[in-house]
Parts: sequence; structure tokens; C-alpha cells
Amino acid sequence: MNSAIQNVSEETIPESPLAVTSSSELADSQIVVDDKSAEKAHSYVTNPQGHAPGAFMQVALNLKSKVQSIVIGLFSIVFGLVIWHFATLYNFDFFIDFQNVPSPLKVGGAFAHHLSDSEFYVHIQVSIRRILIAYSIAVFLGILLGLLVGRSRMARAAILPYIEIIRPIPAVAWIPMAILMWPTEESSIVYITFLGALFPIILNTVHGVEQTPEVLIRAAQSLGASKLQIFWHVVLPSALPSIAAGLAIGMGISWFSLLAGEIISGQYGIGYFTWDAYSLINYPDIVVGMLVIGALGSFSTYLVRLCMRPALKWNRKPA
Amino acid sequence: MQANAVNTVNPEKALFGERNEKGLIEIDKVSIVFGEGAKKNTAVEQTSLTILPGEFVCILGPSGCGKSTLLNSVAGYVKPSSGRVLVDGTLVKKPAPDRGMVFQQYSLFPWKTVRDNIAFGPKIAGHSQAECESIANTFLQMIGLATIADKLPGELSGGMQQRVGIARALANYPSVLLMDEPFGALDAQTRLIMQESLLNIWSEFSTTVLFVTHDVDEAIFLADRILIMSSSPGSIIADIQVKLERPRSQDLGTTEAFNELKKQCLSLIREQSMRAFSTQNQAS
Repeated sequence: MNSAIQNVSEETIPESPLAVTSSSELADSQIVVDDKSAEKAHSYVTNPQGHAPGAFMQVALNLKSKVQSIVIGLFSIVFGLVIWHFATLYNFDFFIDFQNVPSPLKVGGAFAHHLSDSEFYVHIQVSIRRILIAYSIAVFLGILLGLLVGRSRMARAAILPYIEIIRPIPAVAWIPMAILMWPTEESSIVYITFLGALFPIILNTVHGVEQTPEVLIRAAQSLGASKLQIFWHVVLPSALPSIAAGLAIGMGISWFSLLAGEIISGQYGIGYFTWDAYSLINYPDIVVGMLVIGALGSFSTYLVRLCMRPALKWNRKPA
Repeated sequence: MQANAVNTVNPEKALFGERNEKGLIEIDKVSIVFGEGAKKNTAVEQTSLTILPGEFVCILGPSGCGKSTLLNSVAGYVKPSSGRVLVDGTLVKKPAPDRGMVFQQYSLFPWKTVRDNIAFGPKIAGHSQAECESIANTFLQMIGLATIADKLPGELSGGMQQRVGIARALANYPSVLLMDEPFGALDAQTRLIMQESLLNIWSEFSTTVLFVTHDVDEAIFLADRILIMSSSPGSIIADIQVKLERPRSQDLGTTEAFNELKKQCLSLIREQSMRAFSTQNQAS
């Protein structure tokens, strides 16, 4: 790294006075090196005059810090696993009780076993299906209601009280009522999941609609657009970044709610799997279930963001 | 009716040559009052004026004198409290594409490319995809930005964005172009270039322009006629004809005639400001 900085700064000397100062400064601080000089070099490479060498160095620096982060992250995880391992090995029991906690090796073994177990996949499949149904309805209704509330004063006055009353009720609190209300267990679980996803989508859509710059609406008006056209061509695209954020948050919360529903009722699903493992004193499976839930939640949120990305291309660069 | 005009005009013909007979603005005893009671603020008071087709008129005045409000009443964003605004004999009730608008803030749709921004008006007017594109291309050529047609507004400089904004407003072939301090946010150099470029566009287009500014030099350089507006209550206190030869270049700023006009405008504005200042002091 050290030599890389020197090489690059030597190359850039003839280019601009700025390069000269930064290279001499670098030379001065060569002994301490590392962070300080890297910082200076960084401040040079990000200057607008930065040509190819600057760009190259930026890549190198980015790569270095990225690799560094990954290595630190890995060490941190391994460290945590080792502590976990020894805590279970010596039955650590001070306030937190590790006596019944399975060791990481046992969890790994259980996970490997389940990978070749078809029923495990059924659990995952059932959960994903519930998420898909509930989330799709939440997306449709959430965006629709959000646009209405954001654009129409009447709709706002009529719908907002419901949102304010129902939103703070946690999904878990809905479980008894949902079981009583809906004809099947399946539909009550989907309902709870749907509720979880609905509110962040509505609220973010409302927020996005309200954020639409007035000048864009005025511009569209003077270009002849009708109310409906303004809605479609201006309000909706303008609200899209906020809607996308709501969709991602909604996906996370829908998993959260799904799990609550599955733990209480149902015969399949990854939440049921986890809770069942507890009932059957099959402790490694609890952790397997937890990790799979986490992974599915992250992955689906990532998918939502990925799907929204093409529509938000314009928003990535600062305007 | 206006939509028809858009449809029937041949882009090529309208762009080059053919004087526009449309664009008559009549402001008839217009008052615009905001708020009520103690908070009542008369932005425009009993203002009447006529702007002829093809005229380039600047409304010049200090910040907050109501000049933008007056412009907005012609645009149709603000309804006069009393009096009426007519464009080509038709009462202005709401914004419409016969009155193109250019704003001070950047107002391009950031999710649309430059081409799609310009094509927005024609698209709304119901032109086919191919027609929209050909209109957009015509205007891209005109403003000299054909090479950036596929860029997004966020990738452009402020001056370029405003040029696209002008092209977007003109793509509807409006009879009136309303400009609300369109170069106010630009740096001094870009501003001068934009002024010249606007005059070039206008000379081809010969549409009526109503241009709001607080910059005296800008007003003299651009206008056929300068309306000086005073504040509280907003009203027009002077109507000055600018009989400087066209085409104009920025060298104009150093000529005797220009300076005479500038002196005249400045002293009128100064008088107003002094009066506003003294009434303010009395009030406090």
C-alpha cells in the first residue's frame, strides 16, 4: 500500500500544483504512513481533477478497505462462535443460562441433516407461499390506499383514523381475534402477515405523495396535464423512492408477523418448525429455524430492493 | 381550442418564420389579495395592462413586490380576487398549454430523460409517439442540446436544465411564454449566455414573453418593454419602452443608451425602495 501511494503521487507530480503538495505532504508523513497518508491520498483522489491515476488509487483504496472490513467481520463472527461454543461446553450459567443452548457444532449438524430432509423444505415453502399471498395483497392495497390518502382530502379524513387506530396494534395481539374471524387457520395467518406489511407500505406511500414538489405539479399543469395525468406521470414516479422504501420495510415486517402467526397456529411453516422444535426439546432445530427465518427475511428484502432498482435509476445520482 | 392550435401548427413552419398573431395578454383591473383581517396582504392592486402579440415584456421589481403573483395570475395558478385576465380574448381560469411556463426552480421531471421531458406536452396533447419524438428532436436541435437527449436532468448543469425547461414549454407551441426569474439561480456567466440564447430562441419563435426579474441589466437586455412594479401594494409604476436595436449582444451593456435606461430604472426602483423602507420604519 505504502509503495503504491508513492508511485501514484510521483506520477501525478507534473499534473497540477495540488498533486505536488499532496505528494510532498505524503513524503513527509511516510514514516507514520497508514491511515493519515491514506486519508490525504484519498482527499486528493476525490478532487475533481483526479485523472486515471487518482481513479486507480481510489479503486485500490476502496478494495483495501473492503477487504479489511470483510476480514474484520469474519474474525468477529468466528470470535462470537468460539464464545458461544465455550459457553455451551462449560455450561455457562450466570444470569444468562447456556445449559440448554445447543453448541454451534450441533446446530451446524442439525442444519446439514435438514438440508436432505424434504419436510424441512415443505416448511420453508409454506412460509414463502403465505408471504407471497399476504405481501401481494398488502402491496396492492397499501399503495392504493396510500395514494388515495396522500392525494385526496376526503379519503384522508376517512381512512387516516383507521390507520392510526390499527397501526399500533402488534401483529401478535391480533392472533386470537384473527383465529376467531377467519374461516381457516391458513387465512388467519395470511391476514396477520398482511397486516404487518400493510402499514409501512401505506405510510411510506403517503409520505412519498406528499413530498411531490409543487413546482413539478405546476409544470405538468401548464403543459396541459389533467389531474389523472398528473397523478400518473408526476405524483406516482415522484413518490416511487419512498414507496420502494416502504415495500422493503413491509417485507421485513411481514416475515416478523408471519412468524408470530405460525408459532401460535398451523402445522407447517418455518415459524411452526421453530416452535415445534422447542416443544419436542429438539434444541438445535430452534437455532436452525431462527437462522433460516433471518436468512429468508434478508433475502426477500434484498429481492424487493433489487426489483425496485431499475425504476429508481434517476434517484441515485444527487440532482 | 388551444389543443387544436397545437395540433394544426406545422412545427417547421412555426419555428422558422411565420409571425405569431396570437399572444395578446389583457390584464383588467386585477387585484390579488392573500389572507384576511390583520394578515391581509395585497400582492397586486388594481393593475391593468395590455401586452401585444410577440412582445417581450419584463416585469421588474424588488423581491416580494407581487411580480410573480401577477405572472401566476396569467399562468392560471392564482385566481385574481377581483378583475380578470384574458389571453387572446379567453378568460384565464386555470393553467393550460397555450401559456408555457418556465420556473426559477428546476422543474424538469427528474425521472424522464431530456427528450421525454420535452415530449411531455405533445404527449399529453395526444400526439403519437413518433410525432412526439420528432417535435422533441426539433427543439433539442434548437437549444443545441441534441447530444444530451438521453440524459436525465440530474446529470445536467443548472443552465442546461433551464434551457431544456424553455424547450419543454415551447414544445406545446404556446402563444405566451411566462418566465418567473428563470435565470435567478444561475451563476453570472451562465446567466448572460442564457439571456442571449433566449433572445435567439425568441427571434425564431416570436411568441409573447412575459418575464419576471429583479435584475435591471437583464430586463433592459431582453425586453421591448419594462414594467416596473412597486411593493405593498403591488402595482405597476412605470412602463418603459426599450428601443434598443435587435439582435442584441452582451456588448449592449456598455452603450450610452443602455446606461441611460439603467439609470432611469434604478432611480425609479430606488425611490420605491426608499419609500418602502421608510414606511417599514414607521410601522415598527
